[in-house]
Formats: sequence, structure tokens, C-alpha cells
Amino acid sequence: MSTVRLFARFTTGSLRLVLHGSATYWGWTSALLVLIVSGAFAYARQVQTGLVVTAMRDQVSWGFYIGNFTFLVGVAAAAVVLVIPAYVYDWKPIRQIVVYGELLAVSAIVMCLLFVFVDIGRPDRFWHLFPFVGHLNFPTSLLAWDVLVLNIYFVVNFAVVTHILYRAFTGRPYIKGVVVPLVLLSIPMAVGIHTVTAFLYNGLAARPYWNSSILAPQFLASAFCSGPAILLFLLQLLRRFTRFEIDDEAIWKIAELMAYAMFFNLFLHGAEAFKEYYSDTEHLLYTRYWYQGLGEHRTMVPYAWAAVALNVMAFALFIVPAARRNWVTLNLGCLAIYSGVYIEKGMGLIIPGLTPDTLGDIYEYYPTLAELRVAAGIFAIGFLIFTLMLKVAVPIALGEFRVDREARGRALDQLPLQPS
Amino acid sequence: MRKALPLALLMLGSALAGDDSAGRPAPPPAGEERLELPPPPFSEGIFPCSNCHAGMTVNRTRRALTEMHEDVQLRHDEQHRWCLDCHDAADRDWLHLASGERVSFEESYRLCGQCHGEKLRDWRAGVHGRRTGEWNGQKKYLLCAHCHNPHQPRFRPMAPEPAPRPPTRPSGAKAVRP
Amino acid sequence: MTDRDQDGTSPSRREFVSCAAGAAAGFILTACGPKRLFEVPKERLQASLAELERQYRETYGTAVTVAGTPPIPGVQFAYALDISRCIGCRRCVYACVEENNQSRDPQVHWIRVYAMEKEKGVDFQHANPYYDPPQVPEEGHFYVPVQCQQCENPPCTKVCPVGATWKEKDGIVVIDYDWCIGCRYCMAACPYGARHFNWAEPTLPKAELNPNTHYLGNRPRPKGVVEKCTFCIQRTRVGRYPACVEACPVGARKFGNLLDPQSEIRYIIDHKRILVLKEDLNTVPKFFYFYAT
Repeated sequence: MSTVRLFARFTTGSLRLVLHGSATYWGWTSALLVLIVSGAFAYARQVQTGLVVTAMRDQVSWGFYIGNFTFLVGVAAAAVVLVIPAYVYDWKPIRQIVVYGELLAVSAIVMCLLFVFVDIGRPDRFWHLFPFVGHLNFPTSLLAWDVLVLNIYFVVNFAVVTHILYRAFTGRPYIKGVVVPLVLLSIPMAVGIHTVTAFLYNGLAARPYWNSSILAPQFLASAFCSGPAILLFLLQLLRRFTRFEIDDEAIWKIAELMAYAMFFNLFLHGAEAFKEYYSDTEHLLYTRYWYQGLGEHRTMVPYAWAAVALNVMAFALFIVPAARRNWVTLNLGCLAIYSGVYIEKGMGLIIPGLTPDTLGDIYEYYPTLAELRVAAGIFAIGFLIFTLMLKVAVPIALGEFRVDREARGRALDQLPLQPS
Repeated sequence: MRKALPLALLMLGSALAGDDSAGRPAPPPAGEERLELPPPPFSEGIFPCSNCHAGMTVNRTRRALTEMHEDVQLRHDEQHRWCLDCHDAADRDWLHLASGERVSFEESYRLCGQCHGEKLRDWRAGVHGRRTGEWNGQKKYLLCAHCHNPHQPRFRPMAPEPAPRPPTRPSGAKAVRP
Repeated sequence: MTDRDQDGTSPSRREFVSCAAGAAAGFILTACGPKRLFEVPKERLQASLAELERQYRETYGTAVTVAGTPPIPGVQFAYALDISRCIGCRRCVYACVEENNQSRDPQVHWIRVYAMEKEKGVDFQHANPYYDPPQVPEEGHFYVPVQCQQCENPPCTKVCPVGATWKEKDGIVVIDYDWCIGCRYCMAACPYGARHFNWAEPTLPKAELNPNTHYLGNRPRPKGVVEKCTFCIQRTRVGRYPACVEACPVGARKFGNLLDPQSEIRYIIDHKRILVLKEDLNTVPKFFYFYAT
């Protein structure tokens, strides 16, 4: 069959997969669509009126959008937590699920780019960032680096995952010579994207809270411990709703790796707290604002301690093998780790870095409803992309969605069970 | 002979000529150099003083004035000085230095500079006093008296312009805890 | 609120059209060849400036000049502010607002005056920019106005992802308002809080417009871009003093050419005690604070 016809079969087949599903599936996608539409309206208002509809002001010029961006870069980088054991250590149980990690990375990168897009004051000038057409201030600007590496990481992951899946669809194995180098490249790239994002903050001498060498390692630690949480949820859902089979070993191993990453994350936070409190310079103000508040300005304090509690709880749940193996505590741990890191790496990074501002002004930022709506819309877009990709990827991985089956026009639900 | 040569032009000329000796604050003038300045800020009709004082006898006794000029409240080293320490007793159209040398009101800065030498040096260099004009050309100078009342030189406090508005959330309310 | 036209056309729609037209013109002018206005060859720069003038005339109903005055060779601008004299009257703040066409609502001030206690010295953590006593100076206080320090080693120009801000040959750090994408990274990078963002459409009453503008300086800015003090580039490049220098009633502000040994600035550096803010950050500001007494 010619390439074009192959691809056409793939497209029509994918569309059919995506447009058929259980009530749960439709409920889920409808909810996402509602959030997307709500976000679109909120964003339209923001474009028309200006960023004044957010709570950001000169004193706190970055907020919820950039916080989410930072967190999601970490989630995208976390795909590598699966890739390393799968390919570097050739650990079979995880091999099967690497593809999902990469799909997660792709969705996360899309959300990252969207969060940046909604945050800039002139979205109509987005093209100024493109090399050749615009002017990318590379290599001086870390944001220019970030634009490049994020897009390259996206392309690498997207290429690998679509290649593997498409080849499986056509009943052929993937080309090792193409995939393995790219996958191995994605490991340093994952470390790279998050290091570059950390350097974005790290390089600013004007913000002592960020201008600390610990930031890059801390970003990596918090990324590796929180990103895979979504995957653990996903894998359990796949086991429940599809014929997908995955060894318990694989899931527990991921949880164990997350525990070690969380330990490192907690250690680095402790190191940071020691340095600030013990040295007791004026720079302590920012850390104090986060954990204790400054005078009557105490908006962030409950969130700070909630993040600490969630992180410690998650660490405890994951480090104890019995707790890891119990599905209730495992999922509790996932929820805790995801929320904890979401708080301390999102708002917990941005707001204390900017409060008080460079000349001592204190403006307490927390997001407006408009920002929450736009952010929810972007998360919904990411989840929708992830869902739709999975709707096609899982049948391919299970061998149910194959070109020879398509050619014979058999409906998927008439297929006999096939081992993957 | 007095040369009416604006100091600013002198500085510019020497800057162009590459001569920096004239750029440094000038030594106390012996009356040769004259700055181009706006006229002294006399009250309406008060000058020339000789209109009234020409025919009067001079009373050099330190006293508070009661018949005329009682609106002048001296708050400028008034423990040690009074009117005739600056105003020339013989001819009220002039001021005088400590040496007795007469200076005109247009050169009153020389009188101020006797005690406030540092300020005089700064003023000549363009560093003291309100700055208008051109930074690479003709600077505009003012007399000390244009800003400082010689009898009460300390500035009075003034009302400030409005404070900047603190940042507020879109609803207009100040940041309130969620 | 922005003024409405006689015929009742809403300015936002006009602005949208002119904005779109400007964006299209900008895209066409800049997409073919060099991108940013400062890279554009002279003839095309003149065309761009003429286009800007035309747009401003349409929006404001009066003739507006947008100059492209280049830097004067052999000039490095520097500023000196006498904190033994500043009384915190804020005349400079509002002179700047008028001269530089800043938005009235949302309020944008390029200069911010901080009241500090003499006992504590220069200490921004305990400073107050919102002071509003009936009279200034207040007992026991002194005042430190802060604006863009025009750093020799600017942290803000390093971080701009699109190169919309750079340091000119005469030392002024400028922004190309038509290239800035509004990411606000430069605002995070500035240690002096000198950069300000147009969070909404700037409102500038037509009657208060200053029509003598420079394309890198005080021309009216659009929504969604960053702006800051430019040492009144429209004035200083033609030999005049910045508006704040002329407005100060106590003569606390001084300005001049660092490379001219005869300038007030050099005199101050040679003879007075000077300090710069946050010296340890190595930004090398060209804004010096000094004590004349």
C-alpha cells in the first residue's frame, strides 16, 4: 500500500477511535471542552482589555501563568525518569510505558508554550521570537534558549513517539537507528530544558531569592518527583479501562524513583532554608515572606506550609515499600506530591521572588478569576491533547489499531483479545 | 576694565580649544569676569534705593527697623550681623564686601560667596542651583537671590505633589487575603 | 478614559484599525530585511517614522513629530542627584509625566521618590514611596528619587528574548516599542524597579500630549509594552536638559556629558561624595547620588 493511502487509513482510523468512546470518555472530553471555551472567552477579554485583568502589576510582574509554565516544564522533563531505566538500563517492564511518558512530555510542552503565549503583552508579536523571521536574542537571553530547547525537545519527543506508534500501526518495528539516538538525546535534553528554565530565574542578580546556585538542581529534583505522578494515575486508569497490561513492578519502581527525587528536593529546600535563616541577611525577607509572612502580609503562608506538609507526606508514602505497594496510599502519595510541588514550584517560586520588590514595595499577588479561567483552559487543552493521543496510542500499543485490520474494515470492538 | 564675557561661553570656548584651566572653578574674580544673569529680583519700586536714601543721614546703630523695611525679618546670622554688614552705608544702591569693597546687586553672589565659598564654587561650576538651558552650550545661571531670599535664605517647606497610586487588583479593591 | 471623537467613533475601534494597520505596516517594513527600527537603513527609517507620525496625527488630531535623532558622538550621558537637597516635592515626577506622554490611567510614573529616615540611611526595605504629608520635607526624613539608572552593564538588555531593548552609543538604554513583545523579563531583571508595563491601553488626554517626540523616547506607547526613563532622549540629543532637571525647584538634579571634563557631572564626581545604588550588582549605573554639603 502506498504511503499516502497508509496515512489516510491512519487518519480515518484515528478519527474513528477518537469519536467513539464510553460515557466516561465523552463526559471527560466534554468537561475539558467546557473549560477550554471558558478559557478562550477569558483570554479574549484579556487580549482586548490588556493584562490589567490579571492581578499582576509592576511590583509583581510575573504570576500565575509563569508559575504554571515553570511547573509544566518540570512535568515535561520528567518523562526522562521513565526513559533512563527503560533504555539505559534496558529494564523491560518499563519499556512498554515509555511511549506514554513521551506523550505526556508532548502535552506538557504544548501547555508550557500556551502559558507563555497568554502571559506576553503583545501576542500578535509572538513571531518576533522566531529566528530569521524575527530576532531571537540567542545566546544572551535565557528566554531565547528556553524557546529553542523547548521546541527542540517537543520535536524530538513528538518525532519519536509518532514514529514508534505509526510503525506499530503499519505492523513494522520502529527503526532502532533513528529512535534510540533520539531517545538517548532526550535524556540530556530533559535535564537541559529544566536547567535552562532554572537559569532563567537564576541569572537575575536583581532577585536574591532566585539568584542562588541551588535553583537548577532543585528544579530537576522537584520535576522528577512530581512529573511521573500523572503517569502513575494514567497507568492505573489504562489498566482499568483498556486491555492494557503493565507489571506492578514498573509502577512501584517509578514510585521508588520519585521517592528518591523527593528526598533530594526536600534536602535542597532544607539547605536553602538553612542558608537564609542562619546567615540572616536582608535577603531573608523573601523566604520569610513565603513561610512566615511580613507583618500583615501573610497571603502565601498557608500555601507554603501546605506544600511542605504535602511533600513530606508524599515522601513518607513513597519511601516505605508497603505504602508504595498499597494502591490507596500510592494514589494518595501521587496526589500529594503533585499538589505539593505544584504549589512550591509554581506560585512558591514566582511570588516570593518578586515580593518585596527590588525597592522594598510589598504588593500581595494572588490570581484573579480571569487568570484561573485561562489557566484551567490551558490545562484542559493539554489534557485533551493527551487524551486524544492516548485514544489512538493505546489501541496501537495493544495491537488493536493496525493497518491490516483497518484494511479489512473490522470494528475494533469485534477484535479478539490480543497479547501486547 | 570690565569685560562682559559670559562665563559659559568662556567654558565652551576653552572646551573647544582643549584648554581645561578655565573649566575648573574660577579663582575669586578681581572684578574682571561677569556672568550673564537675569536682573536681581527686586521688589516693585524698591530700586534704586538712593531715591529715598540719597538725602538721609546714616544711622549706624544696630537696631530693629520701625519706620521702613520692617517687613524684612532677618533670619540669616542675625545674632552677629545686621543690615549694614551687607548693605553699603554710604550708598544704598550698592552692597559691600568685608573688605569694604563695593559690589553691585548684579554681583551679589560675590557677597554671598564670602561666607558660602563652597557654594559659590559649586555654583560657578553649575552644580549648585537650579539648572536650565543647554548641557553642551549656554547654561543659564541665576543669582543666589533668585532662589534664596537673602534675609531668610532657608527654603520653606512646600506641599508635595500627589503620591503615586499603590497597585490594586482589577476589581479596585486592595489586596485582600483569599 | 480616552476621548471620543466628535462623530462618536469609539477610539478603541479606530485604534484597533490603526494598530492593525501599523502592525501590518511594521510587519511589511520589518519583515523584508532588517527587523528592528534601529537596524533599518536611514531612508526606510524615515518612512517608518513618517508612518508613525501619520498614525499619531490620526489618533490625537494634532501634528506629532517623531524624531530619529541619533546619538551625538563623544557623549556619554550621566546624571547626578543631590540627596542633601531633594525635598521630596515630586515636581520632577509630574514634569516627566507631561514631557514623556505617560499614561494617566493606569498611572505610569517613570520616577518614584522614596522617603527615608535619616536615622536609617539609604535603606529601601524601610522606605516609603507613598508618603503624603501636608508639607515636605518631613522632619527627620530625606528623599531618594529613583528612575532608570542607564546602567553601563545593564541586566535588562541581556535578558530580552527578542532584542527589543539595547544600550545606545550615548549610554541611554532604549526600548523599541514596536518590537517589544511584553514578556516582562526585563522587569524581573531590573534591580531598580525602573521599568514599567502598560497593563492596559494607556490613556493620554489629547490636550496634554507633548507632540515633540523621539521614536525611542516619549512617543505615545501602545498597550502591552514596557517603557522607562530615557534621559529625555528627545531633549538631550538636541542639547537640552531632561525635564526633571529643569523642574527641580531646589536644583538637586544635575546632568551632563561624562566625557566632557568641563561638565557639571565630572565636577561632581571629582569633588563630591557620590554613591550608586546596589553597587555590588555591578550594573555600573550612570546615575550618581551625591551629597553637595
